[in-house]
Amino acid sequence: MKDTLNIGQPVIEAKGLNLVFQTGDGPVHALRDVNLTIGKGEFVSFIGPSGCGKTTFLRCIAALEHPAGVTLTVNGMTPDQARQSRAYGYVFQAAGLYPWRTIAGNVKLPLEIMGFSKADQEARVRKVLELVELSGFGAKYPWQLSGGMQQRASIARALAFDADILLMDEPFGALDEIVRDRLNEELLKLWARTGKTIGFVTHSIPEAVYLSTKIVVMSPRPGRITDIIDSPLPRERPLDIRDSKAFIDIAHRVREGLRAGHGDD
Amino acid sequence: MTERALPILTVLAAIVALWYAGAVWLNSTWVYDQAQRAGTSVTLAEVIPQTMSQARPLLPPPHQVAAELWKGVAGQKVTSKRSLVYHGYVTFRGTMMGFALGIVLGVGLALAIVRYRVMELSVMPWAIISQTIPIVALAPMILTVANQIGVDNREVPKAIIAAYLSFFPVLVSMVKGLRAPDAMQLDLLRTYGASDAQIFRKLRLPASMPYFFASLKVAVAAALIGTIVGELPTGAIEGLGARMLIGSQFGEPLIMWAALFAAAILAGGLILLVGLIERLARARMGAPA
Repeated sequence: MKDTLNIGQPVIEAKGLNLVFQTGDGPVHALRDVNLTIGKGEFVSFIGPSGCGKTTFLRCIAALEHPAGVTLTVNGMTPDQARQSRAYGYVFQAAGLYPWRTIAGNVKLPLEIMGFSKADQEARVRKVLELVELSGFGAKYPWQLSGGMQQRASIARALAFDADILLMDEPFGALDEIVRDRLNEELLKLWARTGKTIGFVTHSIPEAVYLSTKIVVMSPRPGRITDIIDSPLPRERPLDIRDSKAFIDIAHRVREGLRAGHGDD
Repeated sequence: MTERALPILTVLAAIVALWYAGAVWLNSTWVYDQAQRAGTSVTLAEVIPQTMSQARPLLPPPHQVAAELWKGVAGQKVTSKRSLVYHGYVTFRGTMMGFALGIVLGVGLALAIVRYRVMELSVMPWAIISQTIPIVALAPMILTVANQIGVDNREVPKAIIAAYLSFFPVLVSMVKGLRAPDAMQLDLLRTYGASDAQIFRKLRLPASMPYFFASLKVAVAAALIGTIVGELPTGAIEGLGARMLIGSQFGEPLIMWAALFAAAILAGGLILLVGLIERLARARMGAPA
């Protein structure tokens, strides 16, 4: 099973990361002493109850939150520098497509902002729409697409400028189970084809186990990591792998980790 | 189509019926007075026809107003001082100037307020206070001041009064519209390293358009009212407002009512026009047809 642990060079490194929000009720420890290394090409899921800081950690990587002191590096840079060098694409829970732009126009948005040439924009839009299997929908408006297709378009938008890291914050949380299964499969295929490093926030145990090479279990008050599980599952994963013994064992360990973190409730 | 037309026509018929009843009731006083002075008595059957065609009725019945309106629109050369087309055009021109000025002012202030937080605290209260001052009190002052400082053109103070009323809905809507994008959408642009100018151009401005067009319908009606009010106290000789004033001062209710309806028709036309522009803009911005 050596090939399941093919961790590349570290691209995201957090060492003793702390983040405190000042609120009306006093300081809230959103993240405490988070230590994590994510290697190139890994698919890392963050799972935990709300308030455990899984989204906050993703936002720290994306430089949307700014923890005190540099204890987090992305591609060896600070998160701010990493953003400037277009290190990551971010996918939010809602597709957040602009209703006044076509699907192609929405995918083009980051390219326009980053100043890609017109010809390059067209080529890239065509390429990523193909990647998420939305070729032929470029001229449609968002309201003409289903929720699942809209989310795929938003993934295409995050991929358009060819960042090495894809950060996804519960991207399929608002979709129904059937659509979510399909998109999970497609996401794995996309990951295999592109070799991106993916950080994926979810609150679904099967989703985390099915997708990840590494599962990070977190718990709240203060937000912290309680378990890190390196998945023994092969990279090639048909949907029915979810009935295998290995899959069920990992799911069980994740559940135990979540329960332990919740012991004081 | 018929199921939509039926309720509309029913309400319209009820209004016309009530109007006729009101005209009979109010105008009959004059008929009875005449009869009393002549020492005769009149039956109701004799009274009713006499309430329908008085030269100076208290409340002119619909057909008299319609006839006067028709005379004013079609019965004159359009350049005549008696033509409602002429006066309507003068009012329309004033409304458009004030409307344009109001849009520029409203959008400009909204941009400043959204960009600089201090502007909200320093400007917004004054904008709100400005709308609490009755325009009929303010209009004569604006006209007088404009005249004093040597602005001979009556169009300018009229446009200022119209803009004074019409900038406010645009301002309020645009502030709301420019702030409509939620935190997630702003975060998304931040992950692209977008500048403030890019966030404004790519997100805030297009997101504010529905708010903008909604406010235009209110603003164009406000501009028309402002223009008419601006035409009232001038001793002005042009415009539907002046026409109403003349009708009132010379005791010609028909002229007043015809001008009133001309103004209402103008307002309806302006709102239809703004609605049409909105539909075209929405279609261009990909809204479902």
